[in-house]
Amino acid sequence: MPKPKLPRASTTIDMTAMCDVAFLLLTFFMLATKFKPDEPVTVRTPTSVSTDPIPEGFVQLTMDKAGRVFFAVDNLNAKRDLINKVNEDKGLGLTPGEMEKFVTGSAVGVPFSELKNFLAASHSQQSDLLKKAPGVPIDTVFDYKTNEVAYWLTATRYVLPEARFAIKVDGDTPYPLLKKITETFAFLKIFRFNFITDQKGVPEGTDLYNEMHGKSTK
Amino acid sequence: MAEIQAKGGKSSPRVDLTAMVDLGLLLITFFMFTTTMAKPKAMQLQMPYKDSLMTKEDQNKVKADEAMTILLSKEHRIYYYEGIGDDATKPPELKVTYFNDKDGIRDVLIAKKKKIKDLIAQGVLSTDDQMTVIIKPDETSTTDDLVNLLDEMTINQIPVFAVVDITPVDKEFITVTEQANSGQ
Repeated sequence: MPKPKLPRASTTIDMTAMCDVAFLLLTFFMLATKFKPDEPVTVRTPTSVSTDPIPEGFVQLTMDKAGRVFFAVDNLNAKRDLINKVNEDKGLGLTPGEMEKFVTGSAVGVPFSELKNFLAASHSQQSDLLKKAPGVPIDTVFDYKTNEVAYWLTATRYVLPEARFAIKVDGDTPYPLLKKITETFAFLKIFRFNFITDQKGVPEGTDLYNEMHGKSTK
Repeated sequence: MAEIQAKGGKSSPRVDLTAMVDLGLLLITFFMFTTTMAKPKAMQLQMPYKDSLMTKEDQNKVKADEAMTILLSKEHRIYYYEGIGDDATKPPELKVTYFNDKDGIRDVLIAKKKKIKDLIAQGVLSTDDQMTVIIKPDETSTTDDLVNLLDEMTINQIPVFAVVDITPVDKEFITVTEQANSGQ
């Protein structure tokens, strides 16, 4: 040591580096966090023991207690193609600004007849509109005129062939309303889809529990 | 304040960063927890293949011994019977249960699974046979009921199950059972 030890060494530690690290991590988490997209309606999801994550770039149908359906796609590029196609097919006459709002917006819950008005509104107005929106018309009958959900799904598959489908249905939704979605899927030959659920623990002593904990089921 | 003191030249311009670090780490913890916990899970569901071109011969026949039919009804009530209820001369005996942890549908499924294992051991059923559960939700059941029941299939590792439409015959069974129970 070239310097003699100073007699009055302070006990305070230099926190600058620690502080830097802490805030670096904080910034990382803040940027990496993907916030839950705005839900158009409050939906109490049922619980299941499933631990599978939701597939990437999924197409989500949300259904509330009253059976209103909201349609959302979690892929910005696909959304851009989708709204272009829908605009052409249905002759909605959307402006580029309105189409961009579809891309950046969360969900659609109105029939095609009201889509232009809906997209003309700002995002905050849209979430207000969605609270009393009628939902995308759905039916058990496979007819693109009355079953607009079927149209949306077909169009989505056209622009995104590898689309995965997830449904989020309120636990209190009566089965006949849920059946509208499963029937529509069946018409489109979609037999494998995901139910979005909250996780719950596996009950002790069951076969699954035993398997997970490496015990023989016998 | 620190600046004024620094100008005085007596104390160093160093600020105590402990509180700031504390705050930073607290926020990190917050973000770490919220990111992992907000993620909902997905339950995969495979619906039975539906095709108008499918002939009767293509469809699998389920043996009555390995099958169990579960009807979902109002107020989270579950009716179940052994077999598939296709024998008109011998209407199945419906039993009622609920989604209880004890003596609920889970115990019924475990018992049935064990019974099938025994039947295979006795040679009544071949080793290829698997327990099959047919789920028929009626108009008064809710999504919760269906998801809970599908979850029971996962929990009890039931290999084959299918969600199908309820038939008028099954509805009749429910009405008859309800009347019989209310009459007592």
